[in-house]
Parts: sequence; C-alpha cells; structure tokens
Amino acid sequence: MTEANSNQNGSQPKAVALISGGLDSLLATKVVIEQGVHVEGINFYTGFCVEGHTHAIRKKDKQKQKRNNALWSAEQLGIKLHIIDISEEYKDIVYNPKHGYGANLNPCLDCKIYMVNQAKAWAEENGFDFIITGEVIGQRPKSQRKETMPIIARESGADDRLLRPLCAKNLMPTFPEREGWVNREDLYDFSGRSRKPQFELAKKFGFEDYAQPAGGCCFLTDANYSKKLEDLWQARGEKRYELDDIMLLKVGRHIRPKANFKLIVSREEGENNFLRGYKKEFTSLSTISHGGPLTLLDGSFDKKDIELAAQIVARYSGGKNADKVSIQVENFEGTSYIIEATPMQPHKIKEDWYI
Amino acid sequence: MSKISEEKFRQLESELAITETLNCSRLLCPMPVIKTQNKLKELAEDEILKVICTDPGTIADIPTWCRINDIQVLGYAELKDHSIEFLLKK
Repeated sequence: MTEANSNQNGSQPKAVALISGGLDSLLATKVVIEQGVHVEGINFYTGFCVEGHTHAIRKKDKQKQKRNNALWSAEQLGIKLHIIDISEEYKDIVYNPKHGYGANLNPCLDCKIYMVNQAKAWAEENGFDFIITGEVIGQRPKSQRKETMPIIARESGADDRLLRPLCAKNLMPTFPEREGWVNREDLYDFSGRSRKPQFELAKKFGFEDYAQPAGGCCFLTDANYSKKLEDLWQARGEKRYELDDIMLLKVGRHIRPKANFKLIVSREEGENNFLRGYKKEFTSLSTISHGGPLTLLDGSFDKKDIELAAQIVARYSGGKNADKVSIQVENFEGTSYIIEATPMQPHKIKEDWYI
Repeated sequence: MSKISEEKFRQLESELAITETLNCSRLLCPMPVIKTQNKLKELAEDEILKVICTDPGTIADIPTWCRINDIQVLGYAELKDHSIEFLLKK
C-alpha cells in the first residue's frame, strides 16, 4: 500500500462494488482492485433477477451451466460478495417509480438509485469509503445517460463517493479521485452502446468467460414478462404482487379466457414439477386418460369456468384429437373430482387469450 | 468442497455436533444462498450449519459462496428424493 493510497484513517481505502454478474461491474471492480483498494461486492435480489432460479425450473434449461454469475464474478475477482434480499422493499419501486418506467415495466433509474442508496448504507455500517458501479454513459437508454449520472449520485445520497471507473474520465472527479485513493489517469472514458472497449479491457485483464445477458439481468426489461405482470395487476384491480406471483409469471403458458381467471399451463416436465409445488395454493387440473400438462387456475371461477378451462387443458394434452379427455380437478384443500372434457378446437382459443 | 454419498453424509452428520439446521426446500436460488449467508452470520467460529435445499442450482452456488467467504464445506450429498444437503463449518 502506498502512502497516497490510504484513507483518512491512514489505512487501505475500502470500496463496495455493485456486482450484477455482468461484464461491466466485473471490469469496474477489477480496475479499482488494481489500484490497491480493498473491494467487497454487494448484490441485490429483487425477485426479478434473471440470475438464479429460472434454470431450476425448465428441464430444457437444465443442461445449461448452473451458476450465479454474481458469485462467479466475485470469485474471479477474489472478493467477498454480500447478497441482500430487497424483494419486499422493491415492490414500492415497481409500483410507483418516481422516474417512470423504461420500454417495459422496468424502473431502471429508480432501481439504480435505490441500490446505490442501499450500498451507501451498507458502506457506512461496515466502514467502507466509497461505492463502485459498472455504469457507462450511454450504455442503457433509461438509466445510463449523461443526464442521469448526477441524478443517481444525488438522489442515492452517495454524491461524490460514487465512482464509475469505466466512464469516470467523462465525469467530474469524485472524492476517491481527489483524495488520491484512485488515480484518475488509470480510469476509463467509455461511452455509448458499443461493447468493444469492454471486450478489449476484459482481454487485457484475462477475462474470457463472462456473462452477457441480453437486455440486462432483470425480467422487467422483457416485454412478454411485463405484459404478464400488467395483466396480473389489471385482473386484481391494483398494482400488487407477492413473490410467488412473480415466480409463476416465468413459468408456463398464461391463458386468460375470461377476465375473472387465467390458466397457467405447464409446457414440459420441469414446469410440471415446479407447478406441482403450488397445488396447495391453487385449484389444479391434471389429465388422467391421456398424458398432459399440469395446470393451475388463478383468480375466481365457477363450475362453468372450470369446464371451459378443462377444454383448454384437454387441447394441450395427448388426447387433443380424442372425443373426450378425463381431467382431475383438485382444489387447494385437496378435494377432487373428475370431469370429461371435449378438447377445444385450436381456432376457438382466441389469440388475445394468450398473455 | 466434497460431494459424498448419502450414506457417507449420514455418517458424517452423526459424527458432528450440528449447531443449527436451515431448511431451504422449495426456495430457488439465490434465496438459499441468502438464507445460508444470513444464518451463518448468527453462528460463532467453528459452529456447524446443516442446509437442506431442493434447487439444483445450490450445488454450484452454495459452495461458491462458501469459497469466497471462507466457509468450509465439510460435505454435501444429493439424496434419493432429489434434495441436496450441505454441512458447513464457519
């Protein structure tokens, strides 16, 4: 540790880095570690993170490498990672983002402000001096623009203790730069949507195997997912969700034949197994006479609605061309009965029923 | 980190003084990792935590988290019922 590289207490400066698992946060953290700063990572779980659980559901995804990229990044960097569950508090951000949504239901700017604010609180509690993010000016249309950079710094309360090593040279010098904890000359001036500078820097550091999630690491940036969430809110008459709701939006075909209820029809064995775990909370439909998907019914429904649902389920079963398919209807208390359903003809399943 | 058979796991388990058991069944990653992390914060040095999971992602994630946070994985096993159990030492 050099004399210049010490904080007000005369010890090695300490930074907390927001680690998403993507390339930018990996590089930004590495740049600061290289300058002799002690860095630890922080990662926030919102419930909408693409990282993690989805690979546990679909059988076809089981072949993919099962790793959490934030943990993987931390291991590559040789730093500790603290994973914080913010899924409950995060609801307010999703319901009412002060700065509005992006192209879908993604509240990116509010999200970044909240996460930096939480990192700041963590830093203060644990005696860390500043915060690192992998932001690059112009990289993302909603949250990473020249105008939004000061908003994030100001509204998070981090102010000039927020360092963006990948684009720092395009911004005013921050506190860690002015104090000499990091050398501004060794920071970068990346801007725009091109990833080429990041790839070159990754090569320089010897990183070859890194995650590049398309559309970021959040399901809310996904148009299909956002449409399902919007439908859920509309059906409930208010913006409200529980963690189980947002998990189920990732699974199966969602079909709403009537405003009062929808079907969640599994598409394969892995989803069947996953949905089975919800049989004590939902009414479920399972085909008996033929192979077929497990289906959950969400909402309020009467006997006629269940019959309609059974016809749709029969359509997705191995008996789709049969005259009748036997279907077991089981409510969440475990009582069940069997109905005979005529598979619905494909043209009768309206396009706008699919969410 | 060592993957062991169910039989060896049970033997190891019987030989250890397990401080606490954490049930993360049905939870999907990263929640089992978060719960393990938070529970370990409550334990003292050398105390042992048993963690029960059902998400296969934990096979990679829990040992990785343990490696970067200096927690020893004494052993883990994939059981016949497809659950996964870990023995961790702080």
